[in-house]
Amino acid sequence: MITVQNLTKKYGKQTVLNIENLEIPTGQSFGLVGNNGAGKTTFFSLLLDLIQPTSGHIENNGAQVNTSEEWKPITSSFIDETFLIGYLTPEEYFYFIGDLRGQNKADVDALLSQFEDFFHGEILGQKKYLRDLSKGNQKKAGIVASFIGNPKVVILDEPFANLDPTTQIRLKGIIKDLAAKDNVTVLVSSHDLIHVTEVCERIVVLNKGEMVKDIKTSTETLKELETFFAG
Amino acid sequence: MFKQFASLQWKSFFRSANFGKSLAVKILMGFFAVYMLVVLAGSGAGMYFILRKAVPDQSPMWTLSQYLIYWVLIELFLRYFMQKLPVMDIKPFLTTPVKKSSIAHYILGRSAASVYNLLSLFFFVPFCIVLWFQGYPGLNVLLWLVAIVAIVLSINYLNLLINKSDKALIAIGIVIVTSYALDYFGIFSIKDVFGPLFHALYAFPITVLVPLALAVFIYYINYKFLHDKIYLDSTLKPKKVKANTSDLAWTKRFGDLGTFLQLDLKMIWRNKRTKSQVWISLLFVFYGLIFYTQEIYASMMPMKAFLGVFMTGIFLSNFGQFIPAWDSSYYSMMMSQNIPLRKYLESKALLISVSVVFMFLLTIPYVYFGWEALAINFGCALYNLGVNIPVILYFGSFNKKRIELDQSPFGNMQGTSANQFLIMVPVLIVPILIFTLFYYLVSLQVAVIVLCVLGLVGLALRNTLLNKVTEQYRKKKYGMIAGFKEKNS
Repeated sequence: MITVQNLTKKYGKQTVLNIENLEIPTGQSFGLVGNNGAGKTTFFSLLLDLIQPTSGHIENNGAQVNTSEEWKPITSSFIDETFLIGYLTPEEYFYFIGDLRGQNKADVDALLSQFEDFFHGEILGQKKYLRDLSKGNQKKAGIVASFIGNPKVVILDEPFANLDPTTQIRLKGIIKDLAAKDNVTVLVSSHDLIHVTEVCERIVVLNKGEMVKDIKTSTETLKELETFFAG
Repeated sequence: MFKQFASLQWKSFFRSANFGKSLAVKILMGFFAVYMLVVLAGSGAGMYFILRKAVPDQSPMWTLSQYLIYWVLIELFLRYFMQKLPVMDIKPFLTTPVKKSSIAHYILGRSAASVYNLLSLFFFVPFCIVLWFQGYPGLNVLLWLVAIVAIVLSINYLNLLINKSDKALIAIGIVIVTSYALDYFGIFSIKDVFGPLFHALYAFPITVLVPLALAVFIYYINYKFLHDKIYLDSTLKPKKVKANTSDLAWTKRFGDLGTFLQLDLKMIWRNKRTKSQVWISLLFVFYGLIFYTQEIYASMMPMKAFLGVFMTGIFLSNFGQFIPAWDSSYYSMMMSQNIPLRKYLESKALLISVSVVFMFLLTIPYVYFGWEALAINFGCALYNLGVNIPVILYFGSFNKKRIELDQSPFGNMQGTSANQFLIMVPVLIVPILIFTLFYYLVSLQVAVIVLCVLGLVGLALRNTLLNKVTEQYRKKKYGMIAGFKEKNS
């Protein structure tokens, strides 16, 4: 359960995020859409305590994120390529994250074996450092790394961008599987309305930092979103 | 077209993130630059008199000509490290309707105006002015200067050609060493062969055409080469290194620390800048030779304290001052993970401690210059271990500048802020002051013991100190994350 209360983030006089109240129950797959500058990444950064809120707070499973660190073991995320360590090979990176999350090599290997399809033979055993992989392959590695250590909350910022069509389809399957588990909350942001309506039970639209729509996904949702963004 | 290119160049210089920031660093760097230029110009102007005094029976021009071949070789050697052709800047132009020939001319023309070319001018122009005042014929001197400029440009363009292979570097290195050896042992005089050739540039003004033709020729080869290779998959593609995986299983013995220790070791070995820090640090072991071998310093104990702190702590300051900026490119990931910050810092501390001990062991042979050297180095090493490590980690929490790990280390000011200069005070100056004070007030033995005791106290309090440092890193977290995100700073 993630609770947001009176959360604002201002840079100077400009308010970039203002969410009065938002509750994301445990196990929900939550989609965040909005144009550039809507505040999606700001919200995720606040959720991960990478920036400080101007006012208000976020609670993640009972721990207030900017005062406690209790939420860290159960939360994992992939925001962008800066989450990768360029001079490691993908394997080394996975084991490193595993180490941080209390998983030994065998645990990590077992998890990775489930993603062989997703990797499409381009990640493991390539003798390449992460910094030398293509953007898409870097993203694949980062996304899978965020599944290590049975996290209860998974945060993915724009996971579909830069991926090839096959991988996008596979990723949708993976996120759906993950969300189907009762106790895993998945938060996804995307510019692709079709993908996000397909994988998320609930979609929130941000516009200039404000929550303007909160929709329970149904067959009409895509239409509704398209009308909204068409302006 | 060239005008537009030039204005782009101008903008990239003045709009670089570096430019607006940290005035203190800029002023200091500017100060060093001016100092260097003044020294160069001064030695250029003074060279005439120095040479006349050193070799009274020959014209200074003749003497200088004999050494010009070494200047050419050494400059080629040094430039290999310093200067690279900035081909990556071409990328944005590839899809614009700009002719490939203009792009190639622009890139090459730009390198002609590089700082390294100007440096030699700062030496040769004052030299020529002095010559002229000394009654050397104006035309000859002027054309000689032109010839020198042409040689500088030839070196410049030759370097761009050979910069792609390490073999060329090794070859030049061997040529320098062998020709000097041949000269030195009087087997065969390279100087006598090339001296008259270079002197001819002065004696017969018409020969200026030779270096000019050479410069144009090498420029043309470069141009040809670039023009044919402006494609994404050839020249412009950055080299990829094959990864060698190693699991460094022995680090597991350090328990939780092992995870970070492993990461740190990989970081150091797999990135240019950190790797060169290690080599540079190792080379500084020889720094002591400069001082220990000279009579004047034999009784200057504070100087020896400086050497002790410096030599055993060179890696400590070179590597330590940029903690945690080394991890800047993925710092936000680290902060969102369940990272025991304490372990992260402990791993860095352990790494630096090992380096201090190792550097101390390497300095043991200096005992040849007297037992004081060994005693002082020992005291300084202990002080570095106990006091300087927590100090440098503490100052690390003020680092907010991103470091791009895979960029060349030479002349790389990335990550540098006023902090890096301030840090010298506690790390280097304080121990020297303490030592000097006790040395003059009491005795050498007491001064060394005081350093040792301070180091031991620091070691005993290591836990408490590291807790304080960890607390500090927590507090500064948001500023660091924001700072490390800014590229090109």
